[in-house]
Amino acid sequence: MSTLAIESTRQLDEPLVIAGRSFRSRLIVGTGKYRDNDTMVRAIEASGAEMVTVAVRRIDLDRTKEEGILHHLDPSKVFLLPNTAGCYTAEDAMRYARLARAAGLNDWVKLEVIGDQRTLLPDVAATLEAARVLVAEDFKVLAYTNEDVIAALRLEDAGCAAVMPLASPIGSGLGLVNPYYVREIKARLEVPVIVDAGVGTASDACVTMEQGVDGVLMNTALAEAGDPVRMARAMNLAIEAGRLAYLAGRMSRREIAVPSSPSKGMLDRSAAREPEARGGA
Amino acid sequence: MSTIAETIEIRLNGDAKRIAAGLTVAALLRELGLEPQLVVVEHNREILERSRYDATPVRAGDVLELVHFVGGG
Repeated sequence: MSTLAIESTRQLDEPLVIAGRSFRSRLIVGTGKYRDNDTMVRAIEASGAEMVTVAVRRIDLDRTKEEGILHHLDPSKVFLLPNTAGCYTAEDAMRYARLARAAGLNDWVKLEVIGDQRTLLPDVAATLEAARVLVAEDFKVLAYTNEDVIAALRLEDAGCAAVMPLASPIGSGLGLVNPYYVREIKARLEVPVIVDAGVGTASDACVTMEQGVDGVLMNTALAEAGDPVRMARAMNLAIEAGRLAYLAGRMSRREIAVPSSPSKGMLDRSAAREPEARGGA
Repeated sequence: MSTIAETIEIRLNGDAKRIAAGLTVAALLRELGLEPQLVVVEHNREILERSRYDATPVRAGDVLELVHFVGGG
C-alpha cells in the first residue's frame, strides 16, 4: 500500500529542459494584446509560466512615457524569450534576433519567419536559413514551424534548441488541427517540441499535451479571453492535466461497453426480462 | 550672447529629425528622456554596444533605430 501523498505535479513529472535550462512549467505565454499591463502581469502569474515571449519594436518617440515591457516584467523572475514576430525574410528575422540579444538579457530567440499575411504560416525555407546563421552565432534558437515532420527534422539538424510546430494559425484559436503530425514530430525529434500558436481554450491545451509534446506556447487564448486571469489558471491546470494523462498512458479505446462493476455476485434476476448480454454498469 | 545653435539632420526611427550638432548617442538618449539600459541602438545598420554610447558621435545623415521590448507572442 502506497503512502505517497501527491502534492504536486512536480513529483510526477520531470522539468522541461531547453538548451540546458530547466523550467517547471510546460506553459510558455506571450505578452501581446492584453487590455492593460496589470491584467497581463496577473495572467502570467496565474498561468504559472516561467518563460514569456516579447517582441522587439521601435520606441515610440512621440510618447516617451509609453513604457517598454521591462517596466512591468522582472527578467529575474520570468525568463524573457524575444521573438522575431512580423518578419517576412530571414534577413529581417536575423536583424531582430541580434537587436534582442544586444538588450543583454540572454541569447535565446523565438525564431519566426512568416510567409503569408492571411494565414501567418511560416516560411520554412527562410526559417531554416535564419536558424543556421543564428545557431552559428551561438543563439539558442526555438523555431516556429509548420506541423511538417521533415521541416522539424531539418530545424533540429540545423541546431535549434527546440522546434515549435503550430497547432493551427497564430491567433486563430482553432486548436490542434493535426495531432497525428504533431505526434510524429515528437516521436522523431530529440530536442524539445513545443506546440506554438492556435490553442483556443483549456481543452485544446490539454489535448495538445496529451500528444506527448514537451510544452505549449500561447498568447491570444489568454489575452482575448473574457477573463484572462481565469483563463490563465485554466490553462495552467490543463497543461498539467494533459501532461500527466500522457505520462500515465490512456486506456485503449473499445467500440463496446465493458462493465465497471463485477458481474459475479448478482442476485437472481427477475424472470420478466433476461438481458441479451450479461453485465451492467 | 545668443548664437543660433548648429543642427544636423538624422533619420531617427524612420523619421527625419533635426538635432543639435555635436551630440553623442548617450546625450541624444538623455535628450529624448530614454534610459540607456532599456534601449538597444542600431547605428547605420550596426548594433551599437551600450559601452560605446558615450564615445559615439551622432553625425549628419546617420540612421538611428532605437528599439526596446514590447508585448508580443
